[in-house]
Amino acid sequence: MIKKIEISPENEKFLKKVNELSGQVITLCEQCGTCSGGCPLVTEMDITPSQMMRIVQLGQKEVLDYKAIWVCASCFTCTVRCPRQIDVSKVAEALRQIILRQAVDHIDIKAIPKEEIACLPQIALVSACRKFTG
Amino acid sequence: MKIGVYVCHCGGNISEVVDIKQLTSFAEKQSDVAIVRDNAHMCSDVGRNLVLEDIKKHNLDRIVVAACSPQFHGKTFMDIVKKAGLSPYLFEMANIREQCSWPHFDEPELATRKAKDLVNVGIAKVKLDESLERKSMPIGKRVLVVGAGIAGIQAALDLGDAGFEVFLVEKKPTIGGKMAQLSRTFPTEDCAACILSPKMADVPSNPNITLFTNSEVEKVSGFIGNFEVTINKKPRYVNDNCVSCGICEEKCPVKLPNEFEQGLTTRRAIYVPFEFAVPYKYVIDEPNCIYFQKGKCGNCKKVCPHDAVDFEQKPEKIEIKVDTIIVASGYDIFDASEKKVYGFGTNENVITSLEMERMIVHEAEGRPTRKIGNRIAFIQCVGSRDEQIGNEYCSRICCMYATKLSQLLKRTDPKRDVYVFYTDLRAYGKGFEEYYKRAARTGVKFIRGRVAELIEDPETKKVTVKVEDTLARQIIESEFDLVVLSVGMQPGEGTGKIAEVLRMTRSPGGFLQEAHPKFKPVDTLNDGVFICGCAQGPKDIPDTVAQASAAAARAIRLMNKGEYEVEPITAVVDEDLCSGCATCVSVCPYDAVKTEVKDDKRVAKVNEFLCQGCGSCSAACPSGASQQHWFMSSQLKAMVGAALGEEEE
Ligand SMILES: Cc1cc2nc3c(=O)[nH]c(=O)nc-3n(C[C@H](O)[C@H](O)[C@H](O)COP(=O)(O)OP(=O)(O)OC[C@H]3O[C@@H](n4cnc5c(N)ncnc54)[C@H](O)[C@@H]3O)c2cc1C
Ligand code: SF4
Ligand code: SF4
Ligand code: SF4
Ligand code: SF4
Repeated sequence: MIKKIEISPENEKFLKKVNELSGQVITLCEQCGTCSGGCPLVTEMDITPSQMMRIVQLGQKEVLDYKAIWVCASCFTCTVRCPRQIDVSKVAEALRQIILRQAVDHIDIKAIPKEEIACLPQIALVSACRKFTG
Repeated sequence: MKIGVYVCHCGGNISEVVDIKQLTSFAEKQSDVAIVRDNAHMCSDVGRNLVLEDIKKHNLDRIVVAACSPQFHGKTFMDIVKKAGLSPYLFEMANIREQCSWPHFDEPELATRKAKDLVNVGIAKVKLDESLERKSMPIGKRVLVVGAGIAGIQAALDLGDAGFEVFLVEKKPTIGGKMAQLSRTFPTEDCAACILSPKMADVPSNPNITLFTNSEVEKVSGFIGNFEVTINKKPRYVNDNCVSCGICEEKCPVKLPNEFEQGLTTRRAIYVPFEFAVPYKYVIDEPNCIYFQKGKCGNCKKVCPHDAVDFEQKPEKIEIKVDTIIVASGYDIFDASEKKVYGFGTNENVITSLEMERMIVHEAEGRPTRKIGNRIAFIQCVGSRDEQIGNEYCSRICCMYATKLSQLLKRTDPKRDVYVFYTDLRAYGKGFEEYYKRAARTGVKFIRGRVAELIEDPETKKVTVKVEDTLARQIIESEFDLVVLSVGMQPGEGTGKIAEVLRMTRSPGGFLQEAHPKFKPVDTLNDGVFICGCAQGPKDIPDTVAQASAAAARAIRLMNKGEYEVEPITAVVDEDLCSGCATCVSVCPYDAVKTEVKDDKRVAKVNEFLCQGCGSCSAACPSGASQQHWFMSSQLKAMVGAALGEEEE
C-alpha cells in the first residue's frame, strides 16, 4: 500500500536535530546510492542507507522505526565512498542516539533470577545493560 | 569645484531598502556638491542623459553615481563623463546595491546610514581625483594560438580568414586534438573525422596561418601589442622529402601501443599518428627509437627511397612577436586508475569511454580490435562530481556521450544488452533530450544509481557491477562482459604548462579562469590573452567552437583599430622618496617594475603598459614611494576619514 506523507516546515525540526547530532548536512545527499551499493549488510536491512538519508531529508520521524539503523555495523564503507563526503555512518549513529536517549528499558534487570545472573557471562550482562536499558 | 551626485533606484533594488529622499538631502549638504538627482534607472538612456546635460549646462567637473558595482556599470558612466568632455577618471561610483541594499535588505535604517557613508566616501575621493586620460598604443595584427584541437583550429581559421596573421602551435606531431579520436558526435551523430578533417586540411592551405607542430611555447614576455614568444620546435627526424609511402614503417622493428587508438593497436617508432593527420608526414618517436637509444638500427633511413629520414635534425628555438594570444590547450581525460574501486588498469574488461569510441570506429570499418561482448555497462561520473577524488565539477559531456555510445552499440547489434548507470542524467543542450529519448527507444536501459564497486571473476574475467537502483530501491549485482567508465575531463597537463608560462589565473577545478563568467567569458585577467574550448572548462564541441569564434572576435576587436587604449590606473614611483630597494620589483606579478640609475641614484620605474594596476608594489613599498594613480594614499586617507563619519553634516 502506498502511504501519503506530508512535507511541511514542522519536519525541519527533525532534520535539524539529526544534522546537529551527526554533524552532517543531510540535505547535501544527492541520492546517488553509492552508500547502499557498497554496504556489506544492505541485504539484511529493511531500507537502504540512501533511503534512510532520504527519509531524514524529508524530516520523517518514521525512519526511527526501521531496523536498518540497528543493522548498520558502522563499518564506514559508505563514509569513505560518499562522493559528497557525508559521513553516513554518523547519521545512522545519530538516529540510534535519538532512540537511546529516550531512555526506555527493554529489559528489567531486577526480574532476572539470581541463579541466571550467577551463570550468565559478565560480558553478556554488561552489554545487555548497555544496549537495552536507558 | 562643482560635483554632481546621482542616486539610482535600480528599479526598486535600492529604493525599496534605502531611503532615497534622506540620501539625496544628505548629499546636497556636502561641500562642493552642486547638483543632486535621483532616477529609477541611472544606466538607462534617460539617466545617462541627465548626467551629460548637467555637466554641460551647470559646468559640473566631477561626478559621483550611487548605484550598482563599478564592475557592472562603471564603464557606462565613465563613457558618459568622457562624452561630456571631462576626464572619465573625474568620476566615482558608490556601490549602494551589492554593498548596501542587497545584503542589508532587512535593516533599512542602517542601510540608509551606510548608503550615506558610501556616498560620502565617493565625494571625498572624487575631490582628489586627478584628470587622467587613457593612453593609446599601436597594435598589430599577429596572433599566437596555443593548442590545435577543434578550439584552436576554429580560432585560427576565423582569424586567418579575417586577414590576421596566425601562429598556431601544437605540441603533438599532428593537429586535431581529442575530436579526431571520436566515432560520431552527439546529438546529430555526424562522423567526427568527416566533419573535422576538412577543417584540419584548411589550416595549412590558409595563407595567413603558420603552423608549428611538435612544438611548445617555452616563454612569453612583453605585453599586449608586444608579446615576445619563444617556441621550442622538436625535430621530426623526417624532412619535407617524405611522401608518406610507409616503406620505413614496415622495416622498423619497434612495436608500441598506439596512443591515438588508446592502445588497442600498435604502431612503430617511425609513424604517422592517423590517416587524416595534418601534416601527413612521418615522425620518429625519439625516446622509443633504437637508433637514438642505442645508436644501432637506422633501418628506416636505409630503406627510405626519398632520403627523407634525417637523424641530424636538432630542436629549434623560434622567436616570434605577436599582439594577442589565444589559449586553446584543451583537456585530458580523468585517469581512471585513480578511482580504485573500479579496478581500471588491472581488469582487462574495464575500459574508458575513449577506448570505446575507437572500438566503435573499428567495428564500423569492419576491422574490430577486440571483443565487445553482449552485456555492456556504462558507469557515469567517473572522476567527476566526486569529492573523494577531489573533482567537484560535472564534466558536462559524459552523460551525452554515453547516451551516444550506448545506442550506437545497440543499433549495430540489437541483441546486445546495454545499461547506463547514472547519478543524474544531464541532457541540457539543444536536441539532447530528444537524443536521450531516442536511446531509450533503441532499448538502452538507464538505471539511476552510482556504481559502488566492480568485482572481477578471476577465471572468466567478467565484471560484476554492484549498485543501488535508487528509483526502485533495490540492490543490483549483475555480471557484464565489458564495463565502460565514462571518464570526465581534467585541465590537461598542457594547459597547466601554458598557464604557468603566461601566469594565468585558474578556477577552483584547475581550468583557466575567465575575466567575468557572464560578460567576459573568453577574456582573461591578462590583457590581450583569451581562452576557449575545454581549457576554460568542460564543454562539448558546439560550445567549444562557439567559444573559439568568440575568442577570435574578441582578439579582432582589440587589433582591428590599429591602436588600443590602456587604463591609466598604474603604479607611479615618487623618485625623491624611492630608496631603490627593489621590493616592488620582486613583488610585481607582471614584471612591470625595473630599477634604473637616474642622477646617480637607483630608483624604480614602472612600465605603464605592462603595469596592470594590481597595487602589489604600492602595498609593499617600505618608503611610501610607490603609489597608484586613482588610488593615491591621500585619496585612501580621505575615504577612510569619510567612512569613519568625519562628515560635514
Ligand atoms: C569519450 C569522449 C566522447 C566525446 N564525444 C563528444 C561528442 O559526441 N560530441 C561533442 O560535442 N563532444 C564530445 N566530446 C568532447 C570533445 O572531445 C571536446 O569538446 C573537444 O574535443 C574540445 O576541444 P578542445 O580543442 O578544447 O580540446 P582538445 O581536443 O583537448 O585540444 C587541445 C589541443 O591542444 C594541444 N595542447 C595542449 N597543451 C598545449 C601546449 N601547452 N602547447 C601546445 N599545444 C597544446 C593538445 O595536444 C591538443 O591537440 C567527447 C569527449 C570524450 C572524452
Ligand atoms: S553516498 Fe552520499 S550522496 Fe550518495 S546516497 Fe549515500 S549519503 Fe547520499
Ligand atoms: S631507426 Fe628508429 S625509427 Fe628507424 S627503423 Fe630503427 S627503430 Fe624504427
Ligand atoms: S555529464 Fe553526466 S556523467 Fe558527466 S559528470 Fe555530469 S552528471 Fe556525471
Ligand atoms: S619598493 Fe618602493 S622604495 Fe623600494 S624600489 Fe620600489 S618604489 Fe622604491
